[in-house]
Amino acid sequence: MQTRRETLKQSAVVAGLLASTGLFPQHALAYQKAAFEAKTLADVAKALGASAPVESKDVTVGGPDIAENGAVVPLTASTTLAAKKVLILVEKNPSALVALFNVTDSVESSFATRAKMGQSSDVYAVAIMADGKAFYAKKEVKVTLGGCGG
Amino acid sequence: MADPMRIRAQASGDKATVRVLMSHEMESGQRKDSAGKVVPAWFIQDVTASLNGKVVMTAEWGPAVSKNPFLQFVVKGAKAGDKISVNWKDNKGDSRTDEATVS
Repeated sequence: MQTRRETLKQSAVVAGLLASTGLFPQHALAYQKAAFEAKTLADVAKALGASAPVESKDVTVGGPDIAENGAVVPLTASTTLAAKKVLILVEKNPSALVALFNVTDSVESSFATRAKMGQSSDVYAVAIMADGKAFYAKKEVKVTLGGCGG
Repeated sequence: MADPMRIRAQASGDKATVRVLMSHEMESGQRKDSAGKVVPAWFIQDVTASLNGKVVMTAEWGPAVSKNPFLQFVVKGAKAGDKISVNWKDNKGDSRTDEATVS
């Protein structure tokens, strides 16, 4: 016979195990605060439990060569890999991670959005696979007017 | 309460391209007001998109996404007449859901 307390303890243990395997349902995870506070590509990957990212031709990042207004820079990220997560990063922003997309079977791994950029910087698209491997592509975007301070 | 989103979903073949324009301040937490005080961050954290009630994509955003955010993604297996709904939640707990029909 189990007491309520033991049952609760066990479910906490199981939840912890699930979380550490990364199998926990993605929408049940809390906001990835650590990842959004990380400063570099490697730190973001680490915060998301992925291995160190490797450059890959199967990932594409899109954006203008020169952005006149750093407050609205159109960026795209896409991959032909079966990625679990697709990220967009701006290296020299106060925190590098801009957006994280959780990919399901029903959407293509191709996303577009607009980001703020404080200064000219490399922009990364990162694909994180189910097994934690990470691949990236990068592109330099020059900004003539920053969009973070003011 | 925030203004409605503008959602356009266009089918081509067995896919639909969804474009969403949200109305949100997306304050980065880096700016200072005229008195020199930092304006607190206020931005959309979670975005969820569903096709006919089934979640197809979730996203997490940081404050670096632009004001009045734009988002584009492609849903597989969507056809004309299907319902796409998009929901966002910001870091102040405010949220909004809007729906559009694939055309």
